[in-house]
Amino acid sequence: MHTPSPERLRARHLGKSFPGVTALDDVAFTLRTGEIHALMGENGAGKSTLIKILTGVYRAEAGTIELEGRPFSPASPREAEAAGLSTVYQEVNLIPTLSIAENILLGRQPRRMGLVQWGAMRRQAARALERLGLELDVRRELRSISIALQQMVAIARALDVQARVLILDEPTSSLDEQECQALFTIMRRLRDQGLAMAFVTHFLDQVYDVSDRITVLRNGRLVGEFATDQLPRLELIGKMLGRDVSEFAPAPDAPPATGADAPPARIFLQARDLGRKGAVQSVDLSVRQGEVVGLAGLLGSGRTETARLLFGIDARDHGSLEVEGQPAAMRSPREAIRRGLAFCSEDRKTEGLAPNLSVRENLVLAMQAGRGALRRLPRAEQQQVADHYIQALHIKTPDAETPIRNLSGGNQQKVLLARWLAMQPRLIILDEPTRGIDVGAKAEIEKLVGSLRERGLSVLFISSELDEVLRVSQRVVVLRDRRKVGELEGELDEQRVLNLIARA
Amino acid sequence: MNRWLNHRTLPLLATFGVLVILYGVASMRYEGFFTGRVMANLFADNAVLGICAIGMTFVILSGGIDLSIGSVVAFTAVLVASLVGPGGWHPVPAMGLAIVLGGLFGLGQGWLIHYFALPPFLVTLGGMFFARGMAFVVTKESVGIHHSFYDMLLSMHLGLGGRATLPATALIFLLVLVVAVGVSHFTTFGRNVYALGGNPESARLMGLPVAGTRVGVYALNGVCSALAGVVNTLYTGSGNPAMGMGLELDAIAAVVIGGTLLAGGVGFVEGTLLGVLIFGTIHSALLFDGRLNSWWLRIAIGTLLLLFILLQKEITRRATAQARPGT
Amino acid sequence: MSGSTPNKTEPAARRDGGASVPAGRARDAAWRRVLWPLLSLGVLLLFNLFFAPGFFHLEIKDGHLYGTLVDILNQGSKTMLLAIGMTLVIASGGVDLSVGSIMAIAGAAAAILVTQAAWPFLLVVGVCLALCALIGAGNGALVALLGMQPIVATLILMVAGRGVAMLLTDGQIITFDRPAFVFLGNGHFLGVPFTATIVATVLALTTLLTRRTAVGLFLEATGDNETASRFCGVPTRAIKVLVYAFSGTCAGVAGLIAASNIKAADPSRVGEMMELDAIFAVVVGGTALTGGRFTLAGSVIGALLIQTLTTTMYNLGMPPAIAPVPKAVVVVLACLLQSDKLRSGLRIRRTRGGAA
Repeated sequence: MHTPSPERLRARHLGKSFPGVTALDDVAFTLRTGEIHALMGENGAGKSTLIKILTGVYRAEAGTIELEGRPFSPASPREAEAAGLSTVYQEVNLIPTLSIAENILLGRQPRRMGLVQWGAMRRQAARALERLGLELDVRRELRSISIALQQMVAIARALDVQARVLILDEPTSSLDEQECQALFTIMRRLRDQGLAMAFVTHFLDQVYDVSDRITVLRNGRLVGEFATDQLPRLELIGKMLGRDVSEFAPAPDAPPATGADAPPARIFLQARDLGRKGAVQSVDLSVRQGEVVGLAGLLGSGRTETARLLFGIDARDHGSLEVEGQPAAMRSPREAIRRGLAFCSEDRKTEGLAPNLSVRENLVLAMQAGRGALRRLPRAEQQQVADHYIQALHIKTPDAETPIRNLSGGNQQKVLLARWLAMQPRLIILDEPTRGIDVGAKAEIEKLVGSLRERGLSVLFISSELDEVLRVSQRVVVLRDRRKVGELEGELDEQRVLNLIARA
Repeated sequence: MNRWLNHRTLPLLATFGVLVILYGVASMRYEGFFTGRVMANLFADNAVLGICAIGMTFVILSGGIDLSIGSVVAFTAVLVASLVGPGGWHPVPAMGLAIVLGGLFGLGQGWLIHYFALPPFLVTLGGMFFARGMAFVVTKESVGIHHSFYDMLLSMHLGLGGRATLPATALIFLLVLVVAVGVSHFTTFGRNVYALGGNPESARLMGLPVAGTRVGVYALNGVCSALAGVVNTLYTGSGNPAMGMGLELDAIAAVVIGGTLLAGGVGFVEGTLLGVLIFGTIHSALLFDGRLNSWWLRIAIGTLLLLFILLQKEITRRATAQARPGT
Repeated sequence: MSGSTPNKTEPAARRDGGASVPAGRARDAAWRRVLWPLLSLGVLLLFNLFFAPGFFHLEIKDGHLYGTLVDILNQGSKTMLLAIGMTLVIASGGVDLSVGSIMAIAGAAAAILVTQAAWPFLLVVGVCLALCALIGAGNGALVALLGMQPIVATLILMVAGRGVAMLLTDGQIITFDRPAFVFLGNGHFLGVPFTATIVATVLALTTLLTRRTAVGLFLEATGDNETASRFCGVPTRAIKVLVYAFSGTCAGVAGLIAASNIKAADPSRVGEMMELDAIFAVVVGGTALTGGRFTLAGSVIGALLIQTLTTTMYNLGMPPAIAPVPKAVVVVLACLLQSDKLRSGLRIRRTRGGAA
C-alpha cells in the first residue's frame, strides 16, 4: 500500500533537554490515518521523551506539533486525551479492583441527575469492547482477566473518548506469543477503521509482523522514517546502533582471540533451557572458570531476566541449572551467594543502593551478610576494605562515611561493584555496569573485568553497548526476543552478532 | 466465579454468615434474644460506632486511615453540650456548628496528608491528640444537657411492631447508612474513592481528581465523626471529654470485619454495617449472659479481625493469580 | 578527569585527605541526627528555667535524689522503654501498635504469678519477658512471613491483647506487695530511681545488640532498601521477626514497671494510648517513619521531651488532659520537617563536594 494517507499527527523540530543532557534534538515524527507506526531506538534514544511530550507529561522546548492540522501542545495527560490523543502504557494503568465496565468509563460514567447509571454504563462498555471485536462480561473484576485482556480493556478505554491517535507504549512486554497475536489482530482492525497508532517497542519480530512504518531515533536525534517492507532487518539494527566512534583504543590486555592456547577450563555454571513466563523463553548458557562471557542483544531481549534467574531472584518455570556440576535450585539470592555467585544489578536505585547508608556500609553489606549477624566485621577492618576499594577503583568520595546517595552515578556503581568484589565470588554477573558512567570510569571498569579474569574469576557481562561487550568478552551469547539465537567464539565482531540478531 | 459470587462479594457473604451464626448461637442460648426489640436495639446502642465506622469506611477505601475520630466525637459532644447547657444556645445551631467544625478539621488533615505527602497515620495521630486536648479545653468534666429540643428528639420513635422501636439515634444511623450506600455506589465521588484506593497512580493517570477525592474523604469523615458526637449527646444526655477513647480502633475493626481491605479499593459500606452489627451482637450477648465478662468482646473482635484479614489475603492472592500465573 | 589509564598501585595522592575517616567524623553525623530533638528539649528546659521556679531544684533526702528533673526521668521511663523497642521496629519499616496491650499482659501475668503461684520474682520476670518476646515474635511472623502490613498485624493484638490480659486477671485488679516487685518501679538505686537504671541498662543492651553485632547494619539496610538488602544476602525476614520480638520484650519491661508503680495489675487501663506516645517519641527523635537509619538516643530524648512537656504544663497549672494539644503540634511539625517535599521546596541545594 503506497498511497500516502493524510497526516493526522505531525511533529517537527522537536527539542527538549534536561540538566546536563539533550533528550531530543530536531526530531520529526508523523502519524498517518490508518497506520501502525513503530517507534524504535536503544537506550537514551529519546523514545520515552518523545512520547511524554506527545502525551502531555512534558512540554517541548522547541518545535511544533499539529493534530489534524490544529496546533497541539497539551499541558497534561488529561488535555492530550481531550484533544484526541490517547495512550496505553506498558503497565496496565487501570484499577484492578474495579469491574471492566467501570475501568472503561471511570471519570466519564453516564449519569442522570448526578447519579451513576450502571445499566447504561455496562452497555456503553460492552459496545466499546465490541469495537475491538471482544466479548467479555463487563461486570467482572479487571484483575480476574489476563494481562493481555487487561491491555485490551485499556485500549477500549482509550478509544472510548473518540481518540484520533492511539499511542501504545511497549504494550507487549508482559504478553506471550498468543496474546501478542490477539493484540495485533485488534490493532490491525483499528488501523483498517482509520485509527493512527504509534507502537513503541523493542521486539524486532513484532515490528515486522504488524507495523507499516518505522521511525528510528538515536541519541536524541531522528535517524529516519521508513516503510517497514522496504527496510531489511540488518539495516534497521544498524541504524539503531549507529556507527559509534569508539572513544578509546582496545585495552592492551584484550582477551585472546582464540581459545587455542590452553585446554579449556572446567565449566563453572551450566544453564539449560531456562525459562520463565513473561521474562525468558529459553536460554542455554555455560560459563567456564576464568572466562568472560558476554550476553548481547537489543533492549528487551531478556538479558537481565536471564541474570535474575541465574541469581535466584526469580523462580524459573522450566530448565536446569548446575554449579560446578552440582544441580542448583537457586531459590534465593542467599543460595546463589553461597554457591559463589555475585550480581551487580542494572537498576542501582531500586536494587543496589541503600541510599542513606554510607559508602563503607554499602560496600561491606554483602560481606557482612555472608558472615552472619554475630561475627561483626571490626570497624577497622571495614575501614580497610573500604579504603582498599576506594583506592583500587578510584571511587571519588569525600570519605567512606558519606551517604552513598551523594555520590555521582558512576561512583555509586563502583561502590556496588566493590561490594561484590569484596565477596571474592567465583562468578560475577555484571548487568550494565557502565551505564550512566563517564568515559574514564568505563575504561577502568573494562580493565577491571580483564584483571578479574586473570585472577580466575568468571564474569557474565551484560551491556547494551555491543562494542563494549565484544571488547571485554571471550565468548558472546546472543539473545533476541527473550530467546538465545546463537553463540560466538573466537573471531568476535559486530557484524556477526548483528547477523544473528537479524536472522528472522 | 459468577456475577453474585466473586472476589468482592465473598468477604461480604462471609461476614454475613458470621453475623447469622453469632446471632443464631446467641438466640439459642439466651431467652429473649431472638426478638425484634433486641434487633432494633442493636441499631440504637451502636449508632455512634456505626456512624463513625461508616465515615471510616470511605477513608480506608481510599487507602488512608484516620485515628482522630474518637477525639473528634468527644470534642463535638462536649462542644454541643457546653453550648446548649451553660451557653444557652438552641441545639440546632450548636449541632450545625459542631458538624461544620468537624468537617473543617477533617479537611485540614486531608490537606496536610495530600499536599505534603505526609503519612495519614501520623497526621491523624496528631489530630487525635489535638482534638482530645481541645475537648478538655472546652470542659474538664462531663456536662449535662437539658433542653426541650432534646426531650422532643428523645421521644421520637419509629414503632416496628411489638416492643421493637427505633429511637432517633437509630434513625439517624440508618439515614447516614442509606446516604453512604448511595454515595458509594451512585456518585462519581464514591467511585473515585474506590479508584484512588485501588491504584492511586493509575487514578492519577486516568485523569481522576485525586486531590479533591483524598481531601474530601477526610472532610467527609470529619463530618461523620462530628455527627456521631451529636448522636452521642442524644444517647447519653451529656458531653464527656474523656469518652470515645479507642473508638477509632473499634471502627477500624468493624470496617475490616465488614470486608473492607485496609489497603483500600475493596469493600462495601454495607459490609461495615454488618461489622457493626457483629460488634453489637457480641456485646449484647455478653450482657445477656451476665457470666461472661466484657473482655471477651475484645478477644472475639481480635480473633475475627485475624480471621478476616487472613481470608482477605487468600482471596486477593487468588484474584490476582488468575491474571498472572507463574509470576 | 584524567585520561591516562589509572595505576592501581599509586597512593591516592590526588584526593583530599584520606579515605579512612577518624571515628570523630562518623560521630559528627550521629550528633546531627539528634540535633533537632535535643534543641527542642533545650528550649523547653530553658523555658522552665525562666518561668518555672524550682524546676531545676534538686535535693537529697534519705540518700535519694529528689526534684522535678528526677520525676521526669522516673515517669518517662515507661515511654522511654517503649520508644527504644519501637525505634527498631520503625527502622525496619514497620510499626508496633500492640505495645500498650503487651504491657497489660505482662503486668497481669506477673501479678498472678507473684500472688497466686508465689514464684520467686526473678523467675517471674524471666517468664513474663519470654512470653512478651514470643508474642512479639508472633507479630513479626505475621509481618515477615505472611506479608501482612505492620499496622494491620499489630492492630489485631492491640484490640485483642487487652482482652487476653483481662482474661488472665478475671477482670479484677490484682494487687500485690512482693517487695522485689514493688522495688522495680518505686525503689532507688545509687540515689536515683531504679527505673532510670532499668532504662539505662536496656538502652545499653540495645546499643550493644545493634552496634556490636551486625544487627544494626542489617536493620538499617533492610529499612533503607529491602530489595537491595535481600540481594546482598541479608536475612531480612529474620531481622523483622527479631525487632518485633524485641519491641514486645521492651513493652514487657514497661508493663512490669507500670504494675509496680501502682502495686497492682490493672489491665483495662495500663498502657492506654502509650504506643502512640512511643511512636511520637521515635519520630520526633529523628528516626524516619519510612525506616532505615535509626537513633536510639534520639528516641530517648523524644520520650524525655514528651514527659518534660507534660510536666511543664502541669506545673503551669494546665490540666494534664490538655497536654495532647502541644503534643499534636509537635508531631505535625516533626513530620513536616521530615517531609521531603517541604525540604526540597525550602532548602537551597547544597553543591556536592568532590564527587564527579
